[in-house]
Amino acid sequence: MADYGSALTAAPPRASRVGAPKQPMSLSAKMTARRGRIGWLFIAPFLVVFALFLVLPLAYAFYLSLYTKGLATGTTFAGIDNYVRAFTDPSFLKGVWFVVRFSLVLIPLQMAVSLAAALILDALTSRFAKFSRLMIFLPYAIPAVIGALMWGFLYSPSFGPLQQIASLFHAQAPFLLSQDNIFYGLLNVVTWQWAGYYMIIIYAALQGIDPTLYEAATIDGASPWQIALRIKVPLVSSALILILVFALIGTLQFFTEPQILGPIANGSVTPDFTPNIYAFNLAFQYAQFNYASAISFALGIVVFIAVYIFMFATRKRGSFLS
Amino acid sequence: MSTLTTREVTTQRMGRRSREHTRQRTPRTIVAHIFLAVLVVYFLIPIWWLIVASTKDVQGLFGGTSGALWFDKTFALFANLQDLFTYNGGEYLGWLGNSVLYAVTGGLGATIVAVLAGYGFAKYRFRGRNFTFALLLGSVMVPLTALVIPTFVLFANAGITDTIWAVILPSLLSPFGVYLMRVYTADAVPDELLDAARVDGAGEFRTFIQVAVPLMRPALVTVLLLSVVGTWNNYFLPLAMLSNTKLYPITVGIGLWEGLASSNNGGGHSLWGLIIVGSLVSIIPLVIAFLTLQKYWRGGLSLGSLK
Repeated sequence: MADYGSALTAAPPRASRVGAPKQPMSLSAKMTARRGRIGWLFIAPFLVVFALFLVLPLAYAFYLSLYTKGLATGTTFAGIDNYVRAFTDPSFLKGVWFVVRFSLVLIPLQMAVSLAAALILDALTSRFAKFSRLMIFLPYAIPAVIGALMWGFLYSPSFGPLQQIASLFHAQAPFLLSQDNIFYGLLNVVTWQWAGYYMIIIYAALQGIDPTLYEAATIDGASPWQIALRIKVPLVSSALILILVFALIGTLQFFTEPQILGPIANGSVTPDFTPNIYAFNLAFQYAQFNYASAISFALGIVVFIAVYIFMFATRKRGSFLS
Repeated sequence: MSTLTTREVTTQRMGRRSREHTRQRTPRTIVAHIFLAVLVVYFLIPIWWLIVASTKDVQGLFGGTSGALWFDKTFALFANLQDLFTYNGGEYLGWLGNSVLYAVTGGLGATIVAVLAGYGFAKYRFRGRNFTFALLLGSVMVPLTALVIPTFVLFANAGITDTIWAVILPSLLSPFGVYLMRVYTADAVPDELLDAARVDGAGEFRTFIQVAVPLMRPALVTVLLLSVVGTWNNYFLPLAMLSNTKLYPITVGIGLWEGLASSNNGGGHSLWGLIIVGSLVSIIPLVIAFLTLQKYWRGGLSLGSLK
């Protein structure tokens, strides 16, 4: 693990990563063929899990989504009707619009917080910096359910501190879970939950950069700001892209936090708040498994499109999945 | 790199820069420390609130003497804990046990699968390997929650919804874990060492266990930690799969209490206090795990971003 820096700076050719043979064959070709079969044995458990819990549900969701179930008619083949319905369903479209809008605000915000924290931690060596690193990361170890609940309590007008602080100034604190504010209330919860994890990933990448680069830049007269923005940030860009992709996938699937804050948000979290909440309610409240599967599948399509647009916009040689 | 520095050179600042990484009380490091302190306060406030609120009784919670962020005059932590562990036949302890069971079996299983597959992908050449691996990379982008509903229907047909397997089995899937293990193993386990073991007469599996696994340990611990955390924190999957409250993990159990508390506020037993102290107890195991296992995950968490 000592060669983080070289791995990042040298931008290794793609082939070495995705697996063309690197070394010449060391034993006889016959042995290699036999070993190939053993290779399959090693990945067999994964293939079974992959087939059973990813490929099969995905295929089954697609199959389910092609049918409709009516009380009188029974199950009938519907072709793409469910998808036509989904992409014209205001509930689904509203949910998609919400998560897209949420991602567009959340991800830059989270990135800014975690990158700033990582750059500062990378430049400091004090004991307090070490302590802060751990404390900023701590929310990652806390389940999203608990994180959402804690913030829900903090927002609460009846026993949260926000209202108590506001009443010192004889003011009314904004209720962060009201219809108008819940966007910001959730933004804060998710940033709190994940920024520390992203910070650790960026920090580890920063620590892997060869420090002689900074010395060289310093001798050339670069300021710490220039070193941070023009050396450090570009060299950790593959870490940044990985984080962005994960944040995007995670946010488009938004479920837990709004679901948990729903009961204490006085109706701000509607049953179609996000596509996942909508699919969950369709399946488990209304037993519409066919349409719910179509919504899940349609959400998958939205995620794929979003990730591909993103990867296209930030494409860079030698980064994850590029 | 030379192009970086040709512009905007401010030579008069040069002298100070070389000491940037040493401990110094320059205005710049003081500002940096203040920024960090603000962040630490922000990230710790909810946890501090949780600790304080856990020590309050119901009156203290809703109308305490010293505000939400400081201790009340009554200290009710132990009464709250006793209430938590005995409420409704001690269902909370059952949920805690379930969470441990799901996280340990799901996490260990996912790690074993990922270690085997990562080693297979990294150290064997076989037809279809690149295609299979490309499939795996693509699947990292599949939103896993989109699989929950069809998996539920499949499990319902197989009659295993509302059992522990409905939660454990889907947790075994960890394409990202396999990716991490492969990337790490490709560099950390030299082919020459494996060939040497084979020449000495060790079988393929023995070579793997005795030579490769010890070298893969840092990545192994990371994948284990990531999948344990993933399963421990999971909410959507158990929420969909389980209807027997005795099988709930802690996340779904607390969610259940929250739903009950907000629908009949004030009626009978006040659940808010239980939810708060229950939340505190539920975060302790993972917080301790992360604080004590620091040296393992610190390096490991960055693995995925290396290449």
